[in-house]
Amino acid sequence: MTSLDILFGAVGLIAAASAVLAVTTQQLVHAALWLVVTLGTLAGCYLVLGAELVALVQLLVYVGAVVVLVLFALMLTRAPLGRSPEHSSGPIQRIAGALIGAGTTALLAAVLLPALGGKLLSIRAGDTRGIAAQLFGSWVWPFELLSLLLLVALVAALGVSRMPASSDEGESA
Amino acid sequence: MIHLWLPLMLVCVLVGAGAYGVIARRNAVLVLIGVELILNAANLLFVTMGSVLDEKLHTGQVLPLFLITIAAAEMGVALAVILALFRDRGHIDLSEPGL
Repeated sequence: MTSLDILFGAVGLIAAASAVLAVTTQQLVHAALWLVVTLGTLAGCYLVLGAELVALVQLLVYVGAVVVLVLFALMLTRAPLGRSPEHSSGPIQRIAGALIGAGTTALLAAVLLPALGGKLLSIRAGDTRGIAAQLFGSWVWPFELLSLLLLVALVAALGVSRMPASSDEGESA
Repeated sequence: MIHLWLPLMLVCVLVGAGAYGVIARRNAVLVLIGVELILNAANLLFVTMGSVLDEKLHTGQVLPLFLITIAAAEMGVALAVILALFRDRGHIDLSEPGL
């Protein structure tokens, strides 16, 4: 065990536990808050792996913006604050979900771990200068396309939210 | 130095938890949380593989940045769709038939 192993193990354990809690908790707002813990500790994982830029963007965009959107969505749809078991499906579907989730985990582990799991990885310091050069060099067209995608998403969100409800379509036409 | 099975195991657990969330939840926002977990597992796999393979394009760190942006755009549109659904039906329970 190296010191980075212990560091990643601690942060990763919190991330895994809070991810499981985020999908199993009965309280809606708690699910969003466990998601904050998962995303924040994942940023810590990126730091341990030497990807500072990704960690910072993860904190800024995911923890700062996406979670706020989730909380907004919960509040605007009048989420109840207490325990609300009706937000999980019935036991049969839950068991099926647990089976499929465990199966996916086992399948991915069976593919990834024998192929790469034994390796010992030396962590390099994050090369932000090199990433920036590549981002605005080789990757500049996907990057610009992404800004277009954000614009399209903005307009689409506006369009969807201005769409009239289907029940009064006849009167408003 | 770090053993590679640690991040890979975390990726597997995150995908499993996300898949469970997508299937077992009825509230549309909670389903989205499961989707976010799966997206983050993909990000972690990108970063891990990026530090394994030392290549010139820095794919392992550039693609997570793109993926985070796409996830933000997806969240915005999904929020609009969920709000439209809520206005139309009065609830966002995905297990009940619409209209």
